[in-house]
Amino acid sequence: MNIPLSWYLILAASLFCVGLFGVLSRKNAIAILLGIELMLNAVNINLVAFWRYLDPIQMAGQVFAVIVFAVAAAEVAVGLALIISVYRRRNTVVADDIDLMKW
Amino acid sequence: MEKFIIWLLPLPPLLSFFLIILLTNKSNKLSHSIAIGAAFLSWLGSMVIFIRALGVREFGKNVFGSAINWLPTGATWLKVGVLIDPLSAAVIFFVAWTVLAIFIYSVGYHNFGQLKGEHDIPGLPPHGAVSKDENGHQHNVPSIEPMYARFFAFISLFAFGMYTLVVSDNLLTLFVGWEIMGLCSYLLIGFWFGKPSARNAAVKAFMTTRIGDVFMLLGIAFVYSFTGSLSFQEIFKPAMLQALASTPAFFGLTTAGFIGLLLFIGTVGKSAQWPLHVWLPDAMEGPTPVSAMIHAATMVSAGVYMVIRMFPLISAGWSEGLPLNTTMSIIAFIGAFTALFAATIAVAQNDIKRVLAYSTISQLGFMIAALGIGAYVAAAFHLVTHAFFKALLFLGSGSVIHGMEHGVLHTGDHTIDPQNMFNMGGLRKKMPITFWTFLIGGFALSGFPILTAGFWSKDEIFAEAFGNGHLTVFIVLAIAAFLTAFYTMRQITLTFFGKSRTKAAEHASETTWSMTVPLIILSLFAIGYGWVGIPEKFPGFGGIFPNWFHNFVGGTLTETPKEVVFSWIPLFTSLGVALGGLFFGWLAYRRVESPAEDKLQIPILINKYYFDELYNFVFVKPAEWVAEKFSYLFMDRIVIDGFLHGVARSSLFLGSLFRNKIDKPIINELIGDGTGNIVKNSGSGLRKIQAGRIQYYMIASLTVLVIFALVYYFLIGGM
Repeated sequence: MNIPLSWYLILAASLFCVGLFGVLSRKNAIAILLGIELMLNAVNINLVAFWRYLDPIQMAGQVFAVIVFAVAAAEVAVGLALIISVYRRRNTVVADDIDLMKW
Repeated sequence: MEKFIIWLLPLPPLLSFFLIILLTNKSNKLSHSIAIGAAFLSWLGSMVIFIRALGVREFGKNVFGSAINWLPTGATWLKVGVLIDPLSAAVIFFVAWTVLAIFIYSVGYHNFGQLKGEHDIPGLPPHGAVSKDENGHQHNVPSIEPMYARFFAFISLFAFGMYTLVVSDNLLTLFVGWEIMGLCSYLLIGFWFGKPSARNAAVKAFMTTRIGDVFMLLGIAFVYSFTGSLSFQEIFKPAMLQALASTPAFFGLTTAGFIGLLLFIGTVGKSAQWPLHVWLPDAMEGPTPVSAMIHAATMVSAGVYMVIRMFPLISAGWSEGLPLNTTMSIIAFIGAFTALFAATIAVAQNDIKRVLAYSTISQLGFMIAALGIGAYVAAAFHLVTHAFFKALLFLGSGSVIHGMEHGVLHTGDHTIDPQNMFNMGGLRKKMPITFWTFLIGGFALSGFPILTAGFWSKDEIFAEAFGNGHLTVFIVLAIAAFLTAFYTMRQITLTFFGKSRTKAAEHASETTWSMTVPLIILSLFAIGYGWVGIPEKFPGFGGIFPNWFHNFVGGTLTETPKEVVFSWIPLFTSLGVALGGLFFGWLAYRRVESPAEDKLQIPILINKYYFDELYNFVFVKPAEWVAEKFSYLFMDRIVIDGFLHGVARSSLFLGSLFRNKIDKPIINELIGDGTGNIVKNSGSGLRKIQAGRIQYYMIASLTVLVIFALVYYFLIGGM
């Protein structure tokens, strides 16, 4: 009745690909940020799955996942702040239009 | 105690020089107070030393002296120090008095306390100012010298030079003082540098004395290389003199004689003896106190002092009664010749100061001639008395000129030269103090019998010349003395007697007390100083006073020279030439009104035997020709400029070679521009990947990641 580890890994890989596709294909900066969140969570699934199946006595996997949550939250906070700031100045959230640093 | 004072003697004038130059030059009053204060301090010190020296028995053997190690010369030291022996004590006595008198006199001479002239500019004599009295009348009055403080600074330095020279115990510091005076004479003769004549006179004085100084320096070097010392006391040790006298040098002279001759040439320059006499009359361009300073107190006296000081060296191997050695003969010849030669020129000069200038040259000739025939004491005695009466005469002539300038300003007729004696006349009543003091000075210069100092010193020279059988010198000096009395009386007659020949002379006025007081003091010495040197055997007067000067100064030498045997012939000669000269001078000029009536205005005398023209032709013109043709056109333009241009051209060629063949193609184009182009091209190529679209970057990083993953998988992980 046990679900094998590979299922989790396949799930995580699918989720990662969905996130990656979002990051690469969407123009809206907020959507790109959402894609990054998906990719981070895919990683979290991997971490928790590996912990559960390979080394359930140690807590490293779980702790790692918690740190990733924290980092993701901080990253979203900073990222959103940046996007709001850009929006206020330039009235757009389209990543392609934010090209001040371009040659 | 004495040594300490002697060391300090030259110091106050030097301090005064620096104080005035650096600090107080804005304040005339402070400046002259400092200068006179300094002169007074040195005077005081000199008097203390002199009186102490009088109290020492056999002072010639127990001199005041001290020396310090100054310059290490291998195992020995070059010492410098101070020395007061009877000779320098006698000299410092007159230096102190005349310097102080001249300093005080300068205050009045430069019109201290008068208004500033509106047109006065530094570098020219003051032109006078206009003052209004309470009634509203305008008067032209003399105006204060624009560079008043500067004058006092310079004469202080001058006095420093003289004091240094006199207290020196060695030839080195003596030479230092000597050269300081050379510099000061240049600065002061050219004091009114706005006048071209003053500038030329300053240069001439400096250059002419420089000729003598070079030879003197050679003499000093020779002394040092032979004896290893420059100290008088070392050189004058009998053994050293013996060695100097017995070693032959060049031209058949002994070493002593040769050194003596070299040093004597220094004196010829400094004391304006023929043939280097040309600078001294031109030195009259300076203010009159300077003339007095140069002619009496310091510069020319320094020359005679030095040669008297070196007498033991010059006369090494000679003793009284023997024929003169070569150097002494040359000295006697130059002295006697100069005495006569300058006296003849003085007869035809019309400028009151120029007459005195030539009389100075002539009187210095007397001293030099006296020294040349071995009359050491007589030369020193005449040096001292001459300093007093010549300072008196110069200050007196300055007073006359000052009075005349007053008259010129009063009448407003500026065409009248206040120095020309033919514009004067009748000043006896206008300027009584100046007249009487000038008369005393003039009579002392002429050797007026018994009363004046000049008589006793000149008589001693005659007696020595006659008594030791130097008849040629005796006769030449007698003629010179006659001319001296003659031109002196001519000067006095033209200046003071008769009627005023110009309006300016009618309005001449007596000068202020600061000018007349020094005259009175000096006239006391011009009379009184002779009485200290009356020969013991002199009929009537000998023995009343002891012949102090002879015993005192004679004690400087190892053997005090004996007094010459008394003879009536030189005495009668001396009386005859003095009184005869004075009488004829009065007789010939009492009615002369203008230069045209003066029978002695012979062109060759007026033009001073054409010596200036001769030197101009023989030295100045060739020097200018060499400077123009050889130095400038050939050496400078062709040789040096040619070489420089050659160097410049070859450098230019080499430079362009480097530039065109190395710098431009290799450095600039290949390395410099090449590097730049590579960076530029690669930059413009690469910048296209900087699209600024975040997704491109992500795709790029993903691609790279995938490539790395694949590479890792197949190449490393797969194995």
